[in-house]
Amino acid sequence: MPLMYYLGLSAFMFTIGILGVLLRRNPLVVFMALELMFNAANLAFVAFAAFHKVLDGEIFVFFVITTAAAEVAIGLALIIAIFRTKHSVDIDQMSELKG
Amino acid sequence: MALGTLIVFAVLGLVVAGSAIGMLVSRNAIYAALFLVLNFITVGVLYLILGAPFISFAQVAIYAGSIMVLFVFVIMLLGAEQLPVQEPLRGQRWIGLLAGVLFLLEAGAFFYLRTSAPRWAAEIGFGFESPVVVGRMLIEKYLLPFEITGFLLLIAVVGAIFLARLDTPVKGTGLGRHAQIGERKE
Repeated sequence: MPLMYYLGLSAFMFTIGILGVLLRRNPLVVFMALELMFNAANLAFVAFAAFHKVLDGEIFVFFVITTAAAEVAIGLALIIAIFRTKHSVDIDQMSELKG
Repeated sequence: MALGTLIVFAVLGLVVAGSAIGMLVSRNAIYAALFLVLNFITVGVLYLILGAPFISFAQVAIYAGSIMVLFVFVIMLLGAEQLPVQEPLRGQRWIGLLAGVLFLLEAGAFFYLRTSAPRWAAEIGFGFESPVVVGRMLIEKYLLPFEITGFLLLIAVVGAIFLARLDTPVKGTGLGRHAQIGERKE
């Protein structure tokens, strides 16, 4: 398969992820869109690694996956903490720090 | 290129794109999570085609398995599966769509204005990118980042427990953030 097909698919997934972050107001769905963007970058990493026959790209994907797991754990804990105090998960109401 | 390879890639690509769009447009957060699981598993199959079995199984086990279980659990815990009806972000929607279209146009312009023809990925030999090679590289060349990643996961676990624990004190122990702060004030 040409490398370009994988990069095109990756770019499409990244675009959908950006749209999800910008358009959706449920913070959980925003988080999922973030994961989708991670996933798109990972696909590009693996495609380049297979294309150039350099394994370092896959190692980076491994690091990205573990970092995303840590980020999801912290982010979901934050969402739960915010829900406990505000009794709502609407992302528009999380504007307490606005000056 | 074999026609079969193209058909397999087309089907997988359609599933990936369709599940991504489904995640974007579904009103119910549970459905969005399930679409994302489908997306992750299909991308894992793409990793297998690209000759990366270790990353593929890590993807299915960590992303589609544990991370999405965490998501679904939190969605059900908060009862946050239904989105609010009112939508005050009128302008932001058009800006977001405009940014997405611009990005796709840039990608298309890059594709058509490139100076070199697209090249084909060569056949991947047996033994390349096997889990043995990946693991050896992980603990030889990338030992320090590997250790730092483990430390990062430890910090994340401690932080998640600290953030998500209950504020109300457990009976008899006097633990709990607000309880301690209240005692200090008094």
